[in-house]
Amino acid sequence: MRSRAWKKGLLAISFLITLSLDSAEWSGYTAAETRVFERSPLSDEQKGGVSAALILEPEFYADWKEGDRAFEFIPYFRFDTHDDRRNIIDLRELSYLFVNGDWEVRFGVSKVFWGVAESQHLVDVINQTDLVANPDGEDKLGQQMIQVVRVTDVGDFSLFLLPGFRERTFPGSEGRLRSSRWVDTDRLLYESSAEEGHIDGAIRWFNIIGDFDVGLHYFRGTRRDPLFVPSFDVDGNSIFRPYYEQMNQVGLDLQYTNEGWLFKFEGIARNTSSEEYSAMVGGFEYTLYGIGGSAIDAGVLLEGHFDSRGSNAFNPLNRDLFFGTRLTWNDNVDTALVAGGFVDLDNGSVFARVELERRIGSQHKIEFEVQKLTNIVSRDPFFDLRRDSYAQLSLSQYW
Amino acid sequence: MKTNTSKLLAFKFAALLAATSGVAEMTPEETGLKIAIESDKRDTGFGDTIVEMEMVLTNRHGESSNRKMKLQTLEGVGDGDKTLITFDEPRDVKGTAFLSYTHKVDADDQWLYLPALKRVKRIASSNKSGPFVGSEFAYEDMTSQEVEKYTYKYVGDADLDGMNCFQIERYPVDPKSGYTRQVGWIDKEYYRVIKIDFYDRKNSLLKTLSFSGYQQYLDKYWRADRAKMVNHQTGKSTELLWKNYKFSNGYTDRDFDQRSLRNAR
Repeated sequence: MRSRAWKKGLLAISFLITLSLDSAEWSGYTAAETRVFERSPLSDEQKGGVSAALILEPEFYADWKEGDRAFEFIPYFRFDTHDDRRNIIDLRELSYLFVNGDWEVRFGVSKVFWGVAESQHLVDVINQTDLVANPDGEDKLGQQMIQVVRVTDVGDFSLFLLPGFRERTFPGSEGRLRSSRWVDTDRLLYESSAEEGHIDGAIRWFNIIGDFDVGLHYFRGTRRDPLFVPSFDVDGNSIFRPYYEQMNQVGLDLQYTNEGWLFKFEGIARNTSSEEYSAMVGGFEYTLYGIGGSAIDAGVLLEGHFDSRGSNAFNPLNRDLFFGTRLTWNDNVDTALVAGGFVDLDNGSVFARVELERRIGSQHKIEFEVQKLTNIVSRDPFFDLRRDSYAQLSLSQYW
Repeated sequence: MKTNTSKLLAFKFAALLAATSGVAEMTPEETGLKIAIESDKRDTGFGDTIVEMEMVLTNRHGESSNRKMKLQTLEGVGDGDKTLITFDEPRDVKGTAFLSYTHKVDADDQWLYLPALKRVKRIASSNKSGPFVGSEFAYEDMTSQEVEKYTYKYVGDADLDGMNCFQIERYPVDPKSGYTRQVGWIDKEYYRVIKIDFYDRKNSLLKTLSFSGYQQYLDKYWRADRAKMVNHQTGKSTELLWKNYKFSNGYTDRDFDQRSLRNAR
């Protein structure tokens, strides 16, 4: 009797909530990905052949008070045929947004993007990189946070409280696109005794001043990119243990926009227990609109990377040049191509990527991606990937 | 003596002409500008709007695809309007948003929000003549039409769709515009734009835009519920359908800033 009353009550409440909501809807996509490698794997542990993955990322969004209150839920699922460390279940988003005039609060698990550069997201420090979702490092894991934003006439001020740390995902021993010593994420090390419970924090100021978009930040907490401690696993194989240090970081991101030109700069200065260094990426994107009288826009990108640690940097982008092109067809199926490459100015190694995508029908999208490494010398951090150039095709359905 | 008389006559005639032209009509350029100013004035004070927009893109074979979006506008005071367009369909671009601050004289400021990366990107706005999301509408057709962006010439009167209209030619001030000129028909009663012919950089007829289904809101402001842009050179067309126009939403600059772009749905 009582449980029936509870059920009725719950139903009534959900009904009332739905009524007062401005909108509530499910959306998202499912994707099937296949990857073909140019050459067989470097080590016997790695599985060769064509690999495939299935991805599911549904999204639930509800808002009320004309968007001043919003709830968002995005789980992420990935299943891989070749590497069980590439099976992922993540919470990309589970957050509540509260907007009141010039104040905003977002809490839960969310994603925040900082930065302006295309070839390296140097200042984008809040969310952890999901290297397994895509080796290009553009996918991110959800991050627990309480974000408070105050909008003023002199810019937006954000304060972040990050109660908890997410470790980076790495391919397993059977996976490709990994270093010769694979990174064993089961045997991680933390500098802080609080480990993944460490509370990190950040503050950021952002403002638009005429043609300039400027951001300045300070971050204090667990460094998202791990250092690697060589070790051995239970079978005696050489592995790396990821080691997460604490750090202090200040950073600047700046874009100047004028006519068809976008000038970009990102720089960070970092201080950790083991090192003190700075790094920057800067360059431009120039777009030629409607080339040859067609509707196609062609963008030329050039970005230089510099790391003060020089060849000691584990970051492969220590003295590199990125050159790229972006072609946008401006058609009704949103055909787009991005092609680019990194050239290491110290050793001449080349790392190139091409991504092509377009919509098929009204609900599907096809994406084709090629990653090729050539001229890789033994002292280059990309040396272990020299046999892992690949081509990938993925088909997604959106709903 | 004869020459003196004819000179005197010529002088008197010229003086007479000078006297009467002060009382006569304005030049076609002045008339055109006056009509444009009046048309703009009739719409001034609308404040803000939100409307659902559906775009039907049809190619020359008659095959069509759809886009659905939400368009929010904040009327500019002393400058151009602010626009926030949030895309809903097709589903792979759902959540993408476009923010534009139109300026009367300078280049517009534009940003794009990419939901997969949660990234706000400032883009160059010099691409006025490029197609807006693959349609037959160019960016310069979509952003707020400010009087200062053109010079005008009144061409005559014409009847269109049973309405008595002014026919005006207007010339974009910005050399980056994709058009040499546009010919517009504005109805005399309410100063609403009924039709525009667009002439490309070679001065050939490129497109024709026709508005229909005008409704009046707040007893003053007219908004069409349909517009069709036909590209005569490619045979493609784009139809815009507006639904659920809402005025007086109480929008401020705060609804058209970086935060609202990031939170847009």
